[in-house]
Amino acid sequence: MTDVTVTPASSGGALHGKEGPHGVAQARRLFDPEILGHAAVDALRKVADLRAQAKNPVMFVVLIGTVVTFIEAIAHPGIFTWSITIWLALTVWFANFAEAMAEGRGKAQADTLRQMRSATEARRLRPDGSEERVLASALVKGDTVVCEAGDVIPSDGEIIEGVASVDESAVTGESAPVIRESGGDRSAVTGGTKVLSDRIVVRITAEPGKTFIDRMIGLVEGANRHKTPNEIALTILLAVLTIVFLPVVVSLQPFGQFSGATISVVVLIALLVCLIPTTIGALLSAIGIAGMDRLVQRNVLAMSGRAVEAAGDVQTLLLDKTGTITLGNRMASRFVGVGGHSEQEVADAAQLASLSDETPEGRSIVVLAKERFDIRQRDLGQHTFVPFSASTRMSGIDLGSRQIRKGAGEAVKTWIVEQGGSVPADLDAVVEDISRAGSTPLVVADGADVLGVIELKDVVKQGIREKFAEMRGMGIRTVMITGDNPLTAAAIAQEAGVDDFLAEATPETKMELIRAEQSGGKLVAMTGDGTNDAPALAQADVGVAMNTGTTAAKEAGNMVDLDSNPTKLIDVVEIGKQLLITRGSLTTFSIANDVAKYFAIIPALFAATYPQLDSLNVMRLHSPADAVLSAVIFNALVIVALIPLALRGVKFRPSSAASILRRNVFIYGLGGIITPFIFIKLIDMILVALHAY
Amino acid sequence: MGFFLTIVVLVAALALAWRYLGSYMAAVFEGRVHWMAWVERPLYRLLGTSPEHEQSWKRYAGALLVFSAVTVLFTYLVLRLQGSLPLNPQHLGGLSPALSWNTAVSFVTNTNWQNYGGETALSYLSQMTLVVQQFLSPAVGIAVAIALVRGLSRRKAATVGNFWVDVTRCLLYILLPIAFLAGIVYVAQGGVQTLAGPVHIHDMLNGVTQTIARGPIAFMTSIEQLGTNGGGFLNANAAAAFENPTGLTNLLDIFLLLCIPFSLTYTFGKMVGSRRQGAALLAAMVLIFGVWVGFTSYAEHQPNPAVAAAGLRHQPTGNMEGKEVRIGDTSTALFGVASTQTSTGSADASYDSFNPIGGFGLLSGIMLGEETPGGTGSGLYTMLLFAVIAVFIGGLMIGRTPEYLGKKIQAREVKLAGFAILIMPITVLVLTALAVSVHAGRVGPLNGGPHGFSEILYAFTSQANNNGSAFAGLSGNTAFYNTLGGLAMLIGRFAIMVPVLALAGSLGEKEVVPTGLGTFRTDNAMFVGLVIGSIILVGALTFFPAVSLGPIVEQLSHGRFFG
Repeated sequence: MTDVTVTPASSGGALHGKEGPHGVAQARRLFDPEILGHAAVDALRKVADLRAQAKNPVMFVVLIGTVVTFIEAIAHPGIFTWSITIWLALTVWFANFAEAMAEGRGKAQADTLRQMRSATEARRLRPDGSEERVLASALVKGDTVVCEAGDVIPSDGEIIEGVASVDESAVTGESAPVIRESGGDRSAVTGGTKVLSDRIVVRITAEPGKTFIDRMIGLVEGANRHKTPNEIALTILLAVLTIVFLPVVVSLQPFGQFSGATISVVVLIALLVCLIPTTIGALLSAIGIAGMDRLVQRNVLAMSGRAVEAAGDVQTLLLDKTGTITLGNRMASRFVGVGGHSEQEVADAAQLASLSDETPEGRSIVVLAKERFDIRQRDLGQHTFVPFSASTRMSGIDLGSRQIRKGAGEAVKTWIVEQGGSVPADLDAVVEDISRAGSTPLVVADGADVLGVIELKDVVKQGIREKFAEMRGMGIRTVMITGDNPLTAAAIAQEAGVDDFLAEATPETKMELIRAEQSGGKLVAMTGDGTNDAPALAQADVGVAMNTGTTAAKEAGNMVDLDSNPTKLIDVVEIGKQLLITRGSLTTFSIANDVAKYFAIIPALFAATYPQLDSLNVMRLHSPADAVLSAVIFNALVIVALIPLALRGVKFRPSSAASILRRNVFIYGLGGIITPFIFIKLIDMILVALHAY
Repeated sequence: MGFFLTIVVLVAALALAWRYLGSYMAAVFEGRVHWMAWVERPLYRLLGTSPEHEQSWKRYAGALLVFSAVTVLFTYLVLRLQGSLPLNPQHLGGLSPALSWNTAVSFVTNTNWQNYGGETALSYLSQMTLVVQQFLSPAVGIAVAIALVRGLSRRKAATVGNFWVDVTRCLLYILLPIAFLAGIVYVAQGGVQTLAGPVHIHDMLNGVTQTIARGPIAFMTSIEQLGTNGGGFLNANAAAAFENPTGLTNLLDIFLLLCIPFSLTYTFGKMVGSRRQGAALLAAMVLIFGVWVGFTSYAEHQPNPAVAAAGLRHQPTGNMEGKEVRIGDTSTALFGVASTQTSTGSADASYDSFNPIGGFGLLSGIMLGEETPGGTGSGLYTMLLFAVIAVFIGGLMIGRTPEYLGKKIQAREVKLAGFAILIMPITVLVLTALAVSVHAGRVGPLNGGPHGFSEILYAFTSQANNNGSAFAGLSGNTAFYNTLGGLAMLIGRFAIMVPVLALAGSLGEKEVVPTGLGTFRTDNAMFVGLVIGSIILVGALTFFPAVSLGPIVEQLSHGRFFG
């Protein structure tokens, strides 16, 4: 008995999310020159919108400071005053430029999607059955439309009649057509996709302007982006830090006077801008937008930023066995005879029973029988195929009076007994053995006679075990969800290395599991596609609906995976974490920068009154004016320098919290203290070289 | 006693206190200690409350504010009317309204800033009224800390405890017994405890009459230190022999003022179910405290630069100006750091006479916000505020919504903790700026230039931190400084306590997220480092410009750091 080697057609390619960006129109490079140009102009437009500026307290203070120095520069012109004014203005512009850059790629994609939407015409059915041509935008919920080969489906809907192959590449980027048919879990169609063959009647399920494409446009554009809970918390912290530096700087004026020093307003504003956390303040919204964008590049649409953040917090992942942990299809791996029947007898009957079975399992049985015993398709004579039905849980073929069936153990046993036959004594042992090994037994019967068992083996995806080990290292528990019996489930769980499994899962038990995890304070993520997954998707903290799934599922979840690849849940978690890490790291960096700025500006402030404070001028900056200007220039340029990091996100390697923290504290905390010392000195040297004064 | 031996004995004694007093305090607040039930029960009946009757954070804060307002008013009236009240052997008149206000607020807020000379201005009744506050104010501070700990340890709870019960238990089971025992030691060592008035000695030789102040000093000293109050009976505080007669009492002073603030971290660990969590906070406290002791002791062990400038190049000891010879330079510095970093403010020397950089050691210790280990209760809750901020930034860096002890730190918590941490520096800077800008403020300091600036800055830093330590040199008993100082003390106390209680309420309502490998650890060296980093960074960023203009520039005027 040799196992047949199974060659997976496509072995979970997206496991590492390495396939290039595709779908959602053609994605551009992060620093596409065209996006750069647009962003530069958009940034100016943003600055003009004062109400939007006020929402970012840190940068708003910089903006006000710029206005004050500008007035001061007009009143008392001088190279120093003007230089400070210009660099402060640049600081504001850089911040808005960062945000515009983050939005840029999404905007470009939204434009493409918009073109796709506007061009469509629909063939609406009147109540009497006749057709009329209307614009897609005129369709309302409940309308029925007809689509034939070559037509673009005008809006989101449910197929109520017919079956068709549909090209969904416009939405998913996947060029292979998919089958859509009425009834069941494959009945949903998306507006903007194209019917390639046959004719379908679609009932529209979306109001105009609220279709999937519309939502996608809104999402990639970030049009109605709300601040996420964590972003709000961070904004508050930054506001508090900004508020505290106001008295620090303002009080310097009376302190200086008491000490006999006069300090110019411009220098005080320069100090204030250097102290408040402008770096993170400028990049905060760009980081959030870029995080969403990174998901879009992986073909995942998050309905809210909140969901992306929650993904970073997830502690329990519920993963469907099929398609996520194992390759979608089970493969026949051997035949076992029972009750004295030979392997070959089983193979022969099994192949006959599977000839019309178009499922991958069925095909694999035919292939195995051919490979093992060279049994080929033959002339069948008079025959009727018996398709699988949920009530009999068997399929097979009737050859004249001969009834060959294959199906689940219990179902076949019941059938045999009904036929007046008897079940061989060794059947149960064989079935149990196969189950325990994690495979699925299919019992084959010829009339009232049980011939044997086919073993259908689940093939665990390559690399998934390592992935789960990584997850465990990150403190995330993985739970496999399967409809298999507990024996089979345990064996596969063992092989795949998941922490736990839920066997014989029903929508109810799934829901119970989510509730149990959540009542322990854990955040749960899951994927789902069927209508019966909808309640669980809604209950989960992160529910990723497959795009191939039903409308109900898509509406219940808070993310949609356009590739319908359940493994991507793992990527989603990583992106969520990366988003938070980027924010935290840049905040640390921003605050740590202040140390060097103090050492640059404080000695400069009081150089005239207390020359002895020059010993604090550890960078040996050339002159007080140079020192202040160098700090301000550094403060502005560091924003530009960090835009790529903000948009790409801090490098994330799955590992334990402790090691991630150590790494980031080292790079962004310690680095944040040291970096400005080096660069402020460098800028000072350049200024001296330029003889700016 | 040698400096080194002092440290060894102190560390050993504090280690024992941490373990056993800490655990005992947890038992007290969890209602497992009953040996004074015969007083406790009737008291609750009198107050119309019971331990079962818990309060929401708002009610808890309300009770605290009402209680504090009543005690301020009561103390104010006693001080104003002391001339007509009994126990006044010296027939002293009432204090001015501004001074009464400042003093009443000062003792109710655990500050003990004293703009009066105890022996020359207050009757015994007034002194004893202040002693009552020296018991009540640490009890209130500890109650708030315990409420916050409950918020962290409970899940989905609507209440944070009962204010009246917490204060009563703290008084009956912790402060009164320890203060009583310590008081006996002071008396045994020669501390004065009497209600007889001062002694007048006629010095025949010089033909003058000298007045030697006496009073119920010893027991006041014990609660003064234990409750991190710092207000002594005599103007010279612990530098006077009647308050601090021997080397042993000097050591006892330091032990008492450190024992509760440090031990509360154990209490915290025990109440949240993980001693390691408490040990982490202790480590952060000890590391900062230790560095400051080393720094300041070293600074004071250096010659006095002003004396050196006067020509005395060779000085055999450290800076001994303004210090007691029997205590010495380094031990005085230890006392000073212990007193300034516990918000006690008692003194066994003149801090004004410290070397500039030694004075910086004291001043900067207060500027860090009083959590290393800080005052009784206030030290723990301030430390927890920094822990919340450290958790927030550190937690983000590992890619999870930050959580502390399983409680998610979100917008509301960041807002409350941020506000509570930053109200102090803002108050100090604004009031100092005001003082140096107006005439009434500018005439206050004894010295001009940077040292004068340090004196004003020190005064407001001390009061806004409820420390009470005085740099001296500032004529604080003016309507201007009394009024403004009172305001600083009120803000420094209640503008922090109320958000802390709100934080307790907000955390208590939350679900506890289970910990795992992905959880940000708050009981390891990395976390201790982050907390220390947050404390130093907030302190440095807010006060660097101000101290540059005070002690730093003054020290640099003498050439260089350290002598």
